[in-house]
Amino acid sequence: MSMRTPLGTVLGLGSAKDGTTHFWHQRLTALANVPLSLFLVWFITRVGGLDRAEMIVVLGNPVVAGLMILSIFSIAWHMRLGLQVVIEDYVHGEATKILSLVIVNFFSIGVAVLSVVSVLKLSFGG
Amino acid sequence: MAQRSRPLSPHLEIYKPQITMVMSIVHRITGVGLVLGFALLTWWLVAAAWSEGALELVNTTMGSLPGQVILFGFTWALFHHMLGGIRHFIWDFGRGFSEKSRFGLAWFTIIGGVVLTGLVWALVAWL
Repeated sequence: MSMRTPLGTVLGLGSAKDGTTHFWHQRLTALANVPLSLFLVWFITRVGGLDRAEMIVVLGNPVVAGLMILSIFSIAWHMRLGLQVVIEDYVHGEATKILSLVIVNFFSIGVAVLSVVSVLKLSFGG
Repeated sequence: MAQRSRPLSPHLEIYKPQITMVMSIVHRITGVGLVLGFALLTWWLVAAAWSEGALELVNTTMGSLPGQVILFGFTWALFHHMLGGIRHFIWDFGRGFSEKSRFGLAWFTIIGGVVLTGLVWALVAWL
């Protein structure tokens, strides 16, 4: 006999209150990252080494800038989720674990926002 | 109450390394490694948005031989991690669990990662 309340069984979210959300977001971003990182590889090989004026021309194309922003968000979120799992697996001290998770969040969101703002600035003419 | 360290199940050191297990470990290592790749990407984009001088520094650094070797490494890590992820998607659909498939998928990840990396760099060199 299950010790869970009927409501708990139906909601099925577990003690962290977000159920399979972590897994689902991990897979969703993984799927998106396949085409997006192929685009990113194309972008880096095409734009790497160019000067500002040339980068502004390439990023002035809204499709290129849009795909860059999608890539940055999707990859950064995937990175945040992945690093969280690695920390939860290997960092056992409670304080160190929480501190590490805070750093992972700050880092992931930080690099994503800095990258997106930079892409937008270049896209709008540098 | 004094906390005793809990017993750990003996694991890694008693197993003979298998290709599937090595791929699992490499998937994690490439994933964590790619975080540094993202940091480099951010450095590049921010520098480009910042000033010509800052961008010039990125271009000189990444255009140098060590810089190119680092980019080559990140290209491989990205493709290896991507193919490892596709392997996980196949497992998510309940396929590919037989011994033959598991080993086949491991080799698909290894060879595919190297081939795609070589392909990208060959294209960059030729075009």
